[in-house]
Amino acid sequence: MVLSEPRAMAKHIEPGMRVALPVDYAGVSMAMTRPIIEHGAGDLDLVCVPTGGLQVDQLVGAGLVRTVETSAVSLGEAGGAPRFNAAVKDGAVRLKDATCPAIHAGLMAAQKGSPFMPLRGLIGTDLLRHRDDWRVIDNPLADGGDPIVLIPAIKPDVTIFHVPIADRFGNVWIGRRRELAAMAYASRTVLVTVERIVEESLLADEMSAAGVLPALYVTAVARAPKGAWPYGLWGEYPADSAEIARYAKAARTTDGFSAYMAQAQMEPA
Amino acid sequence: MAEVLPREVLICTIARLLDGVRHVAVGASSPIPAAGAMLLRAMKEAGGAVGPRISILGSVEHNFFTNGSAELFDCAGQGRIDAFFLGGGQIDGFGNVNLVGAGDYPRSSVRWPGSFGSAYLYFVVPRVILFREEHTPRVFVEKVDFISAPGVSPEGVFRSGGPVALLTGKGLFRFDKTRPGFELESVHPGHDLAEIKQATGFRFEHDAAPQQTALPDRATLDLLRGRVFDELAETYPEFAAQMRRDLGTVDA
Repeated sequence: MVLSEPRAMAKHIEPGMRVALPVDYAGVSMAMTRPIIEHGAGDLDLVCVPTGGLQVDQLVGAGLVRTVETSAVSLGEAGGAPRFNAAVKDGAVRLKDATCPAIHAGLMAAQKGSPFMPLRGLIGTDLLRHRDDWRVIDNPLADGGDPIVLIPAIKPDVTIFHVPIADRFGNVWIGRRRELAAMAYASRTVLVTVERIVEESLLADEMSAAGVLPALYVTAVARAPKGAWPYGLWGEYPADSAEIARYAKAARTTDGFSAYMAQAQMEPA
Repeated sequence: MAEVLPREVLICTIARLLDGVRHVAVGASSPIPAAGAMLLRAMKEAGGAVGPRISILGSVEHNFFTNGSAELFDCAGQGRIDAFFLGGGQIDGFGNVNLVGAGDYPRSSVRWPGSFGSAYLYFVVPRVILFREEHTPRVFVEKVDFISAPGVSPEGVFRSGGPVALLTGKGLFRFDKTRPGFELESVHPGHDLAEIKQATGFRFEHDAAPQQTALPDRATLDLLRGRVFDELAETYPEFAAQMRRDLGTVDA
């Protein structure tokens, strides 16, 4: 693990990479959004685990995104994701519409080093009809006539998230947000921003160790206080819904989006 | 009898539709379904029985999962979730739900957030209640533009769950998976059959003179306006406050 800072971490992202990002309440590294945009590596294939919001909308608005694999993209109470919705209408991003458990299943397959994971449901949906990477087979363990969908392993190049604590050994505390571990297991590179870095190993105490993603899976850690803002961070601070609403309004137009991104800075700590 | 707000009728109807469930899951930003589940729990407990377990997605207070956002779906797959709610940008007469967008996919003229977990939960949760307050022909269409989740499945497809009812701001429908299709069960106070026909883009069965949706009794209303709105305020403070403001104008 390397102790880093957000700008340096963004350099891990290369054009055409597959990048996994967490759902808005799990710990989104908003602190990485601007460094990623400044770094400018484009043609990204985003994987939203299992849905996307502000960060996805901003990366799409900045023109860095080629495909979005997701179960949904929205700004929650603040409404639809304006730059994402505009890009969908213009055909500027390719969609791989999914359903939440299919994203989890794909990561689970990668976690186990398996080529795919079978999943119930999906048969008869237009999601399945539009996904040429998903396959339907006859359950080989039944007597026949039991179709089931296979979801291929999702192996992101990079996973990026934000959590409260890392220790100086690179262990990060993900608490009960186990999807962050699933993303990390499946990814080659894992970039984590944290509220604070502690001296003592998080593995020293069994209570904290149970919620730790060990340094084995972590490529780099950077300190970024309020790094999920304007999203909230579990156990730390609530979402700033006024700021998310301000973005939603501004980003209705490309000019409004550019102005917002040029001007809005991190909330003073 | 005190006046009952339209949204109170919806909440009490949901509590009735959920009767008997052990575990109900509610999506994020769904205060009316959450209130219905909480009302059922309060009614059961007031009667000395055990109320249902309630999981509210995105809530810290009502989230007892420890295995990340996958656990809800795993739990449903194991048969541990008895009821769930689905909305939809479009819902058609076959119970198909569209959460993706209107117009030709993928370049939808109107894009909605996406299918979320519907393409799985609709198959494996036994009692799915379709809930959409807006009752207009643009929501209730003859045929959805995109099937996020199908109302019924062909013989041989694994299906332990599906829709049982559709609740709107105007009425309550039951879903018959053998036809398949909806039947109007009752009409909310202040609405009538002709209006519902005009507002519904699909054909449905109905009695010549459908009954009115049952109204809550005083004890139920007291529970709702007391304990349930208090509990609701923890997760949906603005909604609970609005309900109490609305009540202030009707209930002397």
